[in-house]
Amino acid sequence: MKTLKCRIISKGQAKGEALVSSEPISFLGGVDPHTGQVIDSKHELNGKNIKDKILIIPGGKGSTVGSYVIFQMAKSKTAPKAIICLKAEPIIATGAIMAEIPMVDNIEGNIMDMVSSGMEIEVDTAEKEIRIF
Amino acid sequence: MHLTKKEEKMCQGEYGETIRKSMEILVALGDIYEAEKLVNITSAQVSGVSYKTIGDAGLEYLEDLAQDPQARTKIPSTLNPAGVDLDQWEELGFSPEFTKRQKRIVEAYGKMDVMTTCTCTPYLIGNVPLQGSHIAWSESSAVAYGNSVLGAKTNREGGPGALAAAICGKTPAYGYHLQENRKASMVVEVDCELKGADYSALGYLVGQEVGDGIPYFKMSNRPLVDNLKGMGAALASSGAVALYHIENITPEYQNAAPEDTNDKITVVREEIQEVREKLSTSSKKADLICLGCPHASLDEIRDIAETLHGKKLKNKLWLCTSINMKAAAERMGYTKMIEQAGGKLVCDTCMVVSPIEELGFEVIGVDSAKAANYVPSMCGLEVVFDDFKNLIVEK
Repeated sequence: MKTLKCRIISKGQAKGEALVSSEPISFLGGVDPHTGQVIDSKHELNGKNIKDKILIIPGGKGSTVGSYVIFQMAKSKTAPKAIICLKAEPIIATGAIMAEIPMVDNIEGNIMDMVSSGMEIEVDTAEKEIRIF
Repeated sequence: MHLTKKEEKMCQGEYGETIRKSMEILVALGDIYEAEKLVNITSAQVSGVSYKTIGDAGLEYLEDLAQDPQARTKIPSTLNPAGVDLDQWEELGFSPEFTKRQKRIVEAYGKMDVMTTCTCTPYLIGNVPLQGSHIAWSESSAVAYGNSVLGAKTNREGGPGALAAAICGKTPAYGYHLQENRKASMVVEVDCELKGADYSALGYLVGQEVGDGIPYFKMSNRPLVDNLKGMGAALASSGAVALYHIENITPEYQNAAPEDTNDKITVVREEIQEVREKLSTSSKKADLICLGCPHASLDEIRDIAETLHGKKLKNKLWLCTSINMKAAAERMGYTKMIEQAGGKLVCDTCMVVSPIEELGFEVIGVDSAKAANYVPSMCGLEVVFDDFKNLIVEK
């Protein structure tokens, strides 16, 4: 097991399967809030489902309404279990807090090289760390 | 970020769950932008109102939040436009389903003590911060006006961030809250006379050049408040401008240090003309003329009423404004003059955030570059940009 230190954006703890994207994601128009499926045809995760995953992304983009979409996904139980951003931006950060989804950023080392989709990882903001199994 | 003892307690939940969550949002934003502390604010303007933009996701969030008696604003807070005229929705053709959900959103904000004035021009209806005061405003055109014309200090807030700030009475001190970030990044020499919709076209042109920078204008015109309202809205829509200065006009131009930037452009008449033509996506006549972006002032309403006096319009006309201006216009007889020509004074909403694409219109006539920018993308309709007088077709 490897651990990486990180900064807390939204508190909480979650363990699950990683889903990694090298591209930023827009929740408004980019993800179907009813299913959790990525529907942006130009996005590398197009067709993948982010529900219950630990989503690893560089950051967010697009409309500020994206924050509300993250909240709606949490209510419909289609949201990711946790979000790891290389560099947090306000849309996803605000959405994660509104939805009470654990979120971290500023990760020590290059997580994109260490984690690939399907691996089991854990986010624990009490310890300010990410655990890779 | 350094927090005071009281702020720590707010974060720890001693003042309830809503304050705790709102503080978590503010602290996260502060961390992202490397703010050193929070500052107290005196005013908020909250966006994220139209059901067309925030949908069921926003509706659910706001209704959940409003149930908590702690979720009440601490400072004067006003609300952005909604998707329909809350009183005249039926005669304007909006659907009952949309309106019902829209009203639930507005009621949830009202419960939280956000004044449900539903306008993008809070500064025309009494939400007027003093120069130098920290505020949290989230309507891009109002942000440009608040920073530049009033000399208050705000970043371009998102809806939930501005609401969190209103509930806590605080915002993280970064960006435009800090004096050192309010200096000019580009000098814009305006080498022509400006009239009417030229200001809006100029804003659009410069916004594209300056992006999220701070333009410093030198112009021989002395603009009116209404000209600045339109120019700022355009700057904030083609670019991400939050603050501009105009030499000898705006309150902070003497601290803007334009001599420190090498970035200079000159705008000539031909360029303004070119932008005016480019903003139109159709050469047809408008079937709906939609004015009041940003929401019309009483003076603008009077101008339009006088122009329309004695005419009968072939196109439909909506003049969008706040409920406050509408009340004054009624007393002054302007509403009647507009209605006699076949137009409507519409309040609470505008052509950008209302579902006008569902009402059967095809070509929308506007005198605002911001509206011309958003109507094709947000409504999928054709747009014609011109001075108001040139958009009218008489019967």
